[in-house]
Amino acid sequence: MERVVEPGRMTMRDSTSPSATALPVASPPETRVIEWDLARPGKSVRALNQWLHHDAPRDAAGSCIRVLNPNGQHHIAAGLNAPLEVEIAGHAGYFVAGMNQLANVTVAGNVGWSVAENMMSGTVRVKGCASECAGASGHGGLLVIEGDASSRCGISLKGLDIVVGGSVGHMSAFMAQAGTLTVCGDAEHGLGDSLYEAVLYVRGTIHGLGTDAREEPLTSADVEKLASLLGRAGFNYDPKSFKRIGSARTLYHWHIDSSHAY
Amino acid sequence: MGDRGPDSAGLAVFGPPVEGGRRRFNLYAGRESISWPQLVDSARHDVSHDIDLQARDNHAVLTSSAEPARIRGWLAANYPRLHLLSVGRSIDLFKDTGHPRQLADKYAFNKLAGTHAVGHTRMATESAVTPAHAHPYTAGEDFCLVHNGSLSNPNSIRRKLEKRGIHFETDNDTEAACRFLEWRMSEGDSLENALEKGLVELDGFFTLLMATADKLVLVRDAFACKPAVAAETDAYVAIGSEYRSLAHLPGIEEAQIFEPRPERIYSWNVSSSLAG
Repeated sequence: MERVVEPGRMTMRDSTSPSATALPVASPPETRVIEWDLARPGKSVRALNQWLHHDAPRDAAGSCIRVLNPNGQHHIAAGLNAPLEVEIAGHAGYFVAGMNQLANVTVAGNVGWSVAENMMSGTVRVKGCASECAGASGHGGLLVIEGDASSRCGISLKGLDIVVGGSVGHMSAFMAQAGTLTVCGDAEHGLGDSLYEAVLYVRGTIHGLGTDAREEPLTSADVEKLASLLGRAGFNYDPKSFKRIGSARTLYHWHIDSSHAY
Repeated sequence: MGDRGPDSAGLAVFGPPVEGGRRRFNLYAGRESISWPQLVDSARHDVSHDIDLQARDNHAVLTSSAEPARIRGWLAANYPRLHLLSVGRSIDLFKDTGHPRQLADKYAFNKLAGTHAVGHTRMATESAVTPAHAHPYTAGEDFCLVHNGSLSNPNSIRRKLEKRGIHFETDNDTEAACRFLEWRMSEGDSLENALEKGLVELDGFFTLLMATADKLVLVRDAFACKPAVAAETDAYVAIGSEYRSLAHLPGIEEAQIFEPRPERIYSWNVSSSLAG
């Protein structure tokens, strides 16, 4: 059985609150927290995911599900398909919140490779840094990484919006087809290599664009879109301070001059 | 640790250096039954009076002031099926097939002490599962290397080194990287300089973690194809392929955790006060 913490108990645990006496007003009293401690017997990641897939949409509707002691384990909260609120209290491993649909998943720590890979909808937020292939092949929803993301962030993006508070590693948005990658810091080399119709916004330094990626003028539609993305992600930057990167579309069709390359 | 590669495992531990001109030779008998006391008697008779030996099961540490070439030659002539795992003043090395937990129990890893250690659990992809193919690999003295990845040009490196008289013990790709780096160091390079040449010479995917008597060094290939995560605290540095293997370390909550960047050489010096 998962441990259910009553609202009053939950607020006592909130370390961001200045004092317990101030809390009853600050915390929505109706939010119930259900804790799942992965360190306890029978509470494996597999058991958690089965519960999240099958019974949680009924039993935990309107509650916050808090996963304790993730300790870098893989596949935590992967494959969700219901409007659940999941909070992972620590560092998670590979594929956390992969294939997410509808759910809001927050990781209060770092994540390993392929966080939110192939996500379809909902929101995934990483409060720390992400390793490689963050948001790989994501179709929809919002992925926020408050720290840095390493190489191949947003590889093969298919419609997901990714906002990175820090910097991204090399070959990010490789072959990205649709969606956006917004980087508040810098981008390592090979950004947007073989880009299709995804659009990239970078505030800091770009250490080299990939083949067929080019800087384009920032339009008023871009500024509006960026303002919305930054607002939802919780970053207070001027949208006009970003550069827009799009595809030059020179790789879309076979060109006879390229024949020597094969 | 065995989740990723349960087929074989190994551990190198660097302890206080042995006194004087002596060295530690780690020996492994595999499935052979061997009389260690008899080996000591013969070695004292044939090689040197200064031979000590501490055995545990099929593993023994022979300590001697005799030259490594002498010991190596004598072992090859008299105990051809005995494997010389490591040579050095500080290094002890254990490796075998089987789950890491079995090894840890068999060789009482919880009783080992030292300044730094390099462990590995293997999921074989390109060569056989045998104790000799397990990591860490060693070459020369007080040097070991573990590898996550695969090299695409180990045979050309091997041919290049064999021409220089460097002997290989297995057909494994990691051994090529290990012997290449040791060859560069024997030519006077620091490990870091050797690695800079290695980044040019080694083709393929790799995260390499290496240790010498006073250093721990890490490097990832240009594409960062293979993972690595490092945690630093005032008390220790710990490096793993995945965070979950570091998650249970004391004080990890306060550690500075980072992902090493591609092609950057990370080097940690082991403080001499600890090493002494």
